[in-house]
Amino acid sequence: MKQFWTSMLRNPSGLIGLIILLLAIAVAVFGPLLFPNSPWRMVQRPFLPPFTLSTVPLGTDALGRDVFAGLIFGARVSLLVGLVSTLVALIVGVPIGAIAGYFGGKVDDALMRFTEFFQTIPSFALAIVLVAILQPSIYSIVASIAVVSWPPVARLVRGEVLSLRTREYVQAAIVTGQSHGWIIWREILPNALSPVIVLASLMVATAILLESSLSFLGLGDPNLISWGYMVGAGRTVIRQAWWITVFPGIAILISVLGLNLIGEGLNDALNPRLSREGR
Amino acid sequence: MSKRVLLGLLLSISVAAAAAAQEPKTGGVINAVIQPEPPGLMLAMVQNGPVQMVSGNIFEGLLRYSPKLEPQPELAESWTVSEDAKTYTFKLKKGVTWHDGKPFTSADVLFSVEMLKQTHARARSNLMQVDKVEAPDDTTVVFTLKQPFGPFLGIFEVGSMPMVPKHLYDGTDWKTNAYNNAPIGTGPFMFKEWQKGSFIRLVKNPNYHEKGKPYLDEIYWQIIPDAAARSVAFETGKVDVLPGGSVENFDVPRLSKLKDTCVTGAGWEFFSPLAWLWLNNRQGPTANKKVRQAIMYAIDRDFAKDVIWNGLGKVATGPSASSIKFYTDDVPKYPYDPAKAKALLKEAGYNGEKVRLLPLAYGETWQRWGEAVKQNLQDVGMNIETISTDVAGGNQKISDWDYDIAFTYLYQYGDPALGVGRNYVSSAIAKGQVFNNVEGYSNPEIDKLFADGAVATPDSKRKEIYEKAQKILVEDVPVAWQLELQFPTITRCKVKDLITTAIGVNDGFKDAWLDK
Repeated sequence: MKQFWTSMLRNPSGLIGLIILLLAIAVAVFGPLLFPNSPWRMVQRPFLPPFTLSTVPLGTDALGRDVFAGLIFGARVSLLVGLVSTLVALIVGVPIGAIAGYFGGKVDDALMRFTEFFQTIPSFALAIVLVAILQPSIYSIVASIAVVSWPPVARLVRGEVLSLRTREYVQAAIVTGQSHGWIIWREILPNALSPVIVLASLMVATAILLESSLSFLGLGDPNLISWGYMVGAGRTVIRQAWWITVFPGIAILISVLGLNLIGEGLNDALNPRLSREGR
Repeated sequence: MSKRVLLGLLLSISVAAAAAAQEPKTGGVINAVIQPEPPGLMLAMVQNGPVQMVSGNIFEGLLRYSPKLEPQPELAESWTVSEDAKTYTFKLKKGVTWHDGKPFTSADVLFSVEMLKQTHARARSNLMQVDKVEAPDDTTVVFTLKQPFGPFLGIFEVGSMPMVPKHLYDGTDWKTNAYNNAPIGTGPFMFKEWQKGSFIRLVKNPNYHEKGKPYLDEIYWQIIPDAAARSVAFETGKVDVLPGGSVENFDVPRLSKLKDTCVTGAGWEFFSPLAWLWLNNRQGPTANKKVRQAIMYAIDRDFAKDVIWNGLGKVATGPSASSIKFYTDDVPKYPYDPAKAKALLKEAGYNGEKVRLLPLAYGETWQRWGEAVKQNLQDVGMNIETISTDVAGGNQKISDWDYDIAFTYLYQYGDPALGVGRNYVSSAIAKGQVFNNVEGYSNPEIDKLFADGAVATPDSKRKEIYEKAQKILVEDVPVAWQLELQFPTITRCKVKDLITTAIGVNDGFKDAWLDK
């Protein structure tokens, strides 16, 4: 574990990514304490350009709402959706992949056909349809992002389990008469975890992008401000007021970039032999 | 029996004189935007907004209405009303011909009335009080009513009662008549061609019955599906006229600042779109009158007007828009007063129950408006949850009465008996519709006042009745009135006299001319 952290922290991209993520989490957790006002509140005249008033440093939007407050509250929604939907996807995908890989045969066939069924539908289109049917709310958005992102997890875990299953220590565990569940849980999964962690960090980034895209299209939770919503609402007035769109856009870019850097760093740290630098 | 003779001609001359100080010039082509592309142009069969806008050039009604809603002659040159207010006699203009050269006569009027009763829902209800229609000679039409009906002279504009050529439609299957695709009317412009998805072209009617008019040679109605592209088309000079509602509100200030650009909010006096919030009077917190009054105090309607609608329109004072007959502002007032709203909520015993708000899915402006109202209501302590749906889903919820607060706007058609009463009388409560009495307000006194008001004579009596009704309604707040909407018409300043009547661009480009 110590080795993991040292290699993670020695890796510049992983370090930068980690700092960005920690900053974003700090903003999401503590920001609203510094800005007790709701980001929906109309505080100044509309279309106030940025850097003109210190109380609204990033200007105001079409209704006179503080763009900076929107960014801070938006961080909460974006990160929450990203983390929770990834977690749900893992909870669904890991067991399916593990069971398919461990038991093989007909169970494997059935589960993989089921997974492919989801993989054949373009994921963003499916997410749009699900949110539209379930009515836009934070729950339906998390659920639909989870639904479209678990299949790659299942496929990855299955592949790992398939290869681990034939290892001698697994064979030994079977011979000693341990239960299947115990073997999967104690012997196989811990060893299959590192690629899953890398994938998960990238999934968080994808989920943030998906949530932003949904909100951009007007399918966000109407009661919560999010970066995608801000971009979508500001898009139509971009010729008059660029800042409404640009700042949340930058926020999305930085946080997704940060998560990708973390993913890369994790990859290098967890799979030293695959490291591209060839250290 | 003495007759009240209304010399409409005098009226129209005075209005025209006020509008046109300059001498109109003849010739020129106008490009205007039509949004969305109309489903057809046969006004008697389809009456969507864009159909009315284009076809108002091709077809005509018996009357037009000044911005003050006074009737003016169009195909009828004069009219008289009997003393008992039950017989209306119209003298038709002589020498009017259809675009195919056939003369327009009283037989066409009789036929149009019969056809519209079957094809035009609003005309059908407008004509409900009519007992019989007769044509003693070629240029006279007599409407006899079952009982006096105050707003009767207000139902003859081209969109409500367009005149249809009998010789082309009588005895045919109206739905499949070939002339639906190339309509023939009496109007100042004739249909020439329609390139679907691109433009509709109208050309000058050389035999138009008003000498010297129209001034323009041609009109191109350009079809541009994207709102941003419509703005650009105006900026680049591809189009000269953007009718109300064809660009998003936030583009209006930018476009109006362009060189040589004129903006007007006129031309909606007859429709007088009034925006309000349906408040569910049946259940939930909004069933309590005090909560409804609190909502009126809580919402900053001036903000909505100035910021969301860019200063266009007017804060509504009650159920009637200010351009509607018998409007009064002598009613209880609801200024923006959050403190009072909080007090009223407390008095009503409101304790944070969830209230569902349904915005209108008509684009950016309405979405922003929903957000502002939600914030206003949250500021006074209401627990608001926005429900987001598309247009169809919203209509479904409203027509199922499955909402607490919902945005809407409706036309008022100039007279309280035509467009106002329907939203408050208990006989208009019916599931499955998104207009009329959706809020479920029921008050026998209001029912009686609107029933009496429609048939009372003379107008002073109606005025008294409607003013009383307005006072009661504003006190009860069955719905939360927001704004009298104005959809600005944006034109190049060289386009003159485009809007001269109460239905604006829908009345055709008969008076319009280009100052070259």
